[in-house]
Amino acid sequence: MLSFILRRLLIIVPMAILVVTVTWGLIRLAPGNFYTDEKKLPPAIEENIKKKYGLDQPVYKQYLLMLGNVTCRTKSADEVTANGLQFSVAGADFKCFDFGDSLKYVGDSVNTIIFRHLPYSATMGILAYILALGIGLTAGIVAALKQNSAWDYGSMALAMLGLSVPNFVLGPILVLVFSLGLYILPPARWGGVANIILPVITLSAIYAAYIARLTRAGMLEVMRSDYIRTARAKGLSETVVLLKHGLRGGIIPVVSFTGPALASLLAGTVVVERVFAIPGLGNIFIQAVLNRDEPLILGIVAFLSILIMIFNLVVDISYGFLDPRIRYE
Amino acid sequence: MAENVEIIKGTSLWGDAWKRLLKNKLAVFGLVVLALMVIAVTAGPYIIRWATGFTADYIPSNVDEGDLVRSFPPSTLHPMGTDDSGRDLLARVLQGGRISLMVGIISTFVSLIVGVSYGAIAGYMGGRIDNLMMRIVDIIYAIPYILIVIVLLSVFGGPNTLVLIGALPVMITIFISLIILAVILYTANKAVFGQLDEKVNIYLLTLLKLIFAVLSIALVVAAIWANLQLNEAVLAGFGDWLGEKYSANVNQGISQILLLFFALGLVSWLTMARVVRGQVLSLKNQEFVLAAKATGVSSFGIIFRHLVPNALGPVIVYATLTVPSVMLTEAFLSFLGLGVQAPYASWGSLASEGIKNISIFPWQMIFPGVTMALTLFSLNFLGDGLRDALDPQTRKF
Repeated sequence: MLSFILRRLLIIVPMAILVVTVTWGLIRLAPGNFYTDEKKLPPAIEENIKKKYGLDQPVYKQYLLMLGNVTCRTKSADEVTANGLQFSVAGADFKCFDFGDSLKYVGDSVNTIIFRHLPYSATMGILAYILALGIGLTAGIVAALKQNSAWDYGSMALAMLGLSVPNFVLGPILVLVFSLGLYILPPARWGGVANIILPVITLSAIYAAYIARLTRAGMLEVMRSDYIRTARAKGLSETVVLLKHGLRGGIIPVVSFTGPALASLLAGTVVVERVFAIPGLGNIFIQAVLNRDEPLILGIVAFLSILIMIFNLVVDISYGFLDPRIRYE
Repeated sequence: MAENVEIIKGTSLWGDAWKRLLKNKLAVFGLVVLALMVIAVTAGPYIIRWATGFTADYIPSNVDEGDLVRSFPPSTLHPMGTDDSGRDLLARVLQGGRISLMVGIISTFVSLIVGVSYGAIAGYMGGRIDNLMMRIVDIIYAIPYILIVIVLLSVFGGPNTLVLIGALPVMITIFISLIILAVILYTANKAVFGQLDEKVNIYLLTLLKLIFAVLSIALVVAAIWANLQLNEAVLAGFGDWLGEKYSANVNQGISQILLLFFALGLVSWLTMARVVRGQVLSLKNQEFVLAAKATGVSSFGIIFRHLVPNALGPVIVYATLTVPSVMLTEAFLSFLGLGVQAPYASWGSLASEGIKNISIFPWQMIFPGVTMALTLFSLNFLGDGLRDALDPQTRKF
């Protein structure tokens, strides 16, 4: 178990480097630059810009510097930064995860920007996933237990609707009804609890639908298995059979969906942030890509990749607790 | 007596599945809606043009009567209303449907080719190769690919696609030379270590294998480097010529759409590979494969003539479910302004334009959005129905 975790943690490092390298390669391969504009710069100024951002150095040095910025590198004497992890080993100063300064948001370091905007996206994402779990699990279990009843067909039809309505359609429709029609909820922006209700519902719809379908299928399969019959034969009450034995096996597909869900939750938040004018990390990322703000793009990509890979690892570990038949080698 | 004998006509697997599909009312609903949608999208724009004279790009003049509002609510002339410039929205939605459906189908096709070959090869080879290939899939699964797709689409969108086109020849030569190298190294590995295994001390063997591995990596790097040199000397001219030819014939909107096919196909083959591998694993030990082997069919022949056709059921089911998810991703990217771009439109980009005016001209957003939702709804129902029909074992009760 411990070696499994260690091995998976070690894989994260080359993976994150690979993702960052691919992203960097894409940005660098494409023609154009962050400083090219409609107005052409005088050559002297262009020289200075290149010198300032290290663009006059050979490509492999730039690559190594970039890699050092997103992982760890030694700190040079004239650098003053308090971002990321700082420590010194044997007289040399090291810094880790200090992604450098943004090229477009003057005076802001990438770390500051990420941690300033992450809370919005994270709050929305976490609340949406919790809501989706609540709705999806309930609907799925009810549908499985009352199979072929009106409950079953109703919740499955709703789930199908949730899967098919894109969130950029659902969001505006909700705004149209609840904000512009009934005047009960604010249509946009970040503020109080009232502001967050519509974005979270919009974001959670598709996950609730997926989870409901997965739970229903999983529960139906488990409730027909031998160990449930054994549990019933032992004389356990139906509630215990359902919650302790049935649910534990039945939600395994839901748990394995969590990994991909987290990755796609990112995409979802980008849309919801756009629709509801919320200053989250997704919008910042899109802006950074359009501005070709290289340190900001790479910083966000590295940060989110590592975050998601760690979440995936946690999900994989939790299988073992849910299903004792799963072993880690 | 002979007159009473009835000849029982056997039903094929596909005939059986078709019957089961027709029994499923929701799947039939999906099939009918999809068929109508495809007909509407192909024939619709011509019919509208013939009936009313509107096309997706036609901007009528002098309709605003001086107050500069050109967006009209639905009427008999414009069943879905008009957009900001006064263009007929029905014509635009049908035109956009062409692009949306095309993106969905072609990207699924790309993912089908990549995923089926990859999964079938991994499943058939088994052992270490299977393990390695599936580990790669696992790893790519964990990457938030949407970030990379966004970067890819935005930096290579528009005129920058030429760079990719220009690099095409060298990418192809690198790919071919790497495959040749892999085959050579695989055979060399077998030839050298296959006989050494029992004769040599285990530590020495490990050391030798390590040296071989390092040598292999060096050879791979050398091959890529040689190809890049070749590119500078010869192929760059060819690539430039290709780019020039391309830019002369094709406008920017099309290259963005081509880029979308590529990007979406590239990220949606993973699950397909897993599905196919699972099928192949369960099929490859059956008698008909043994019979094929005994008659001397090559590995390639066994995989693509015997295994893949037998794994077709789940592949079709999964492909049907990939189409809506790809269409959703396309719509999402178009919504962000990175996907389909003017002069072309897709349901995603139409909805994105409509959102700006949602409180004054809600029809601009609702019609493209609802049309898309209806299509996805039907595709999902059809996919579910097909799964029940073609794959009764994994049927969700």
